[in-house]
Amino acid sequence: MWNDRGVTVEIDRDTLLLMLRRMWMIRNFELKVMEVHAAGEFTGAAHPYIGEEAVAVGACAALEDTDYIAGNHRSHGHPIAKGGRVDKAMAELYGRVDGYCKGKGGSMHLADYSIGILGESGILGSSVPVAVGAALAAHIKGEKFVSLAFFGDGASNQGALHESMNLAAVWNLPMIFLCENNQYAVTTSYAETVAVEHVSDRASAYNMPGILADGQDAIAMYEATSAAVKRARAGEGPTLIEGLTYRYEEHSLGLGRVRRGEYREQSEIDEWRKRDPLVILEDTLISQGIATREECDAINAETVEEVEQATDFARNSPFPEPEELFDDMWANPIPLP
Amino acid sequence: MAQTVFVEAINQAISEEMARDENVFIMGEDIRRAVYGATADLLNDFGEKRVLDTPLSENGFFGAAIGASLVGMRPIVETLTSFMWVGMDQLISQAAKMRYMFGGQATLPVVYRATMFYGGGSAAHHSDRSYPMFMNMPGIKIVVPSNPADMKGLLKAAVRDDDPTIVFEDGTLFGMRAEVPENSELPNGELVVPFGEAKTVREGADVTIVGIGGAVNHAAAAADQLAAEGISVEVIDPRTLVPFDKKAVLDSVEKTGRLVVADPAHKVCSAASEIASIVAEEGFWSLQAPIQKVASEQVHIPYTPSLEKHVYPDVEKILAAVRRTLDS
Repeated sequence: MWNDRGVTVEIDRDTLLLMLRRMWMIRNFELKVMEVHAAGEFTGAAHPYIGEEAVAVGACAALEDTDYIAGNHRSHGHPIAKGGRVDKAMAELYGRVDGYCKGKGGSMHLADYSIGILGESGILGSSVPVAVGAALAAHIKGEKFVSLAFFGDGASNQGALHESMNLAAVWNLPMIFLCENNQYAVTTSYAETVAVEHVSDRASAYNMPGILADGQDAIAMYEATSAAVKRARAGEGPTLIEGLTYRYEEHSLGLGRVRRGEYREQSEIDEWRKRDPLVILEDTLISQGIATREECDAINAETVEEVEQATDFARNSPFPEPEELFDDMWANPIPLP
Repeated sequence: MAQTVFVEAINQAISEEMARDENVFIMGEDIRRAVYGATADLLNDFGEKRVLDTPLSENGFFGAAIGASLVGMRPIVETLTSFMWVGMDQLISQAAKMRYMFGGQATLPVVYRATMFYGGGSAAHHSDRSYPMFMNMPGIKIVVPSNPADMKGLLKAAVRDDDPTIVFEDGTLFGMRAEVPENSELPNGELVVPFGEAKTVREGADVTIVGIGGAVNHAAAAADQLAAEGISVEVIDPRTLVPFDKKAVLDSVEKTGRLVVADPAHKVCSAASEIASIVAEEGFWSLQAPIQKVASEQVHIPYTPSLEKHVYPDVEKILAAVRRTLDS
């Protein structure tokens, strides 16, 4: 198939349909989260990924289960994109024992070690050195897996990110730095806080390729990430990718209730919504005869149903018992002080 | 038994563990050329991939060690306590919290060797004895060896432990020479000291002194002087602060009725504070006198020797504290 620039992209139909399914899964998961959070079914922060689905899904479609990812507070999209289970994710948001982390991590800390999801960090930029460590292990052991760190435009100003890019470059690690530039760190514009025009420009300081990609186009993200994965597996070192994208919703659910003053125009949100990642992918699939409208709609409907089932699963899962408070502190347990 | 210098004991532990398990590797600043001595010959024996000189990027490589440990490696990181501040986010936000936060999915067998170079004119930025701060944060095991044999055995245990561990190496002990058993002399063929088992350095009946790290030797020296006066002192070295062998301390205080804790850390919220609190809560009825803390003064470490020598616990301060417990 070809992308919107007329360039042929090697990507099979199954992968494309899987990407569409995962994007709908994220979208419908987040819509459900907003609904049940507003209804007070669980408390705590949650950061919707709506509008950014193409970034994580396009990137993760270029990875294998044996590759690793680490992410951040906007944490529901990354695991679902990597093939994580929505029932365990939803149960975690509800704080239940069947959640990914048995209710101990919550929305910002989903992880699934069975498929290489090393975990999401609420401290921004903080999971990037950890992801570099997985790439270092591949380097030391001579294994072929790669590691990918998701971070935002805000975290692109963290020292941890810059130390990590330098480490990965000097050690020539199979590492992909993936910046989801959604334009705002909470309310502060990227343009006000990043000294270069594009985050991807920062790659040159670490002697690695910097790729600026359309983060609304899942195929463009797949293409950019595939190139980086190929480089990494060939021992050619790390790559920085910047996916230009946009957060439709507030930084965090409920934050709009206390925030004073606007930080972006409605017209800007409307403009970005015209380039919705699901519309872009479906239009491409339909126009190129890869899927029909009905097939796309069926995928959407199936994910709505799966998210409903996941929500029921979460609601029916018990809360952890008080005696589970101290479980999972240690791999080699020690007495309580 | 071989007479071994403390820093050689560190080197033996690392070398033996790297030879035993190919997943063990070491990284840190200037370790290939062993500027502090502990990593001598490792580059030659194990090669560049397993002996990594890092950039000055503590937040970066502390975190890289965590990530490597998550996927099956057993990293040892060499650093100084005073450089740990630069990498604190990784130690606290990730190393300490990941396993619990992810519901037990993450296993992090990573060891940070943090040397405490104090007492030698290193001034405020290079003299930290920071283990109490980490005691306050659940999730990290904390080791403070006081002699070459324990240094070797505890470091080997740390490498084998599946949880993140910080081994606080007391720089005042780096030149200490003492007996370390040869592997051939040991029943298991190697020296591994388990966590959470205090060592009774000497037995006594009148006063218990719990010493931390380099203060153990000061406590033993004080005990020698007091013995000449007919005062019988028991000296306990907890060896690990997390886990902490409180039974050993409580049993000793039950016997002696008096407790002095000697701790090179700053005195407020020190290891000594915690030990005093445990005994006050759980061993109060054994006490015949107020507990005495002998810890560092609550002041930054001055450069000039004329001032620095007044900061830390020493034999004289411990003697005075013991006498206070006997006088009351």
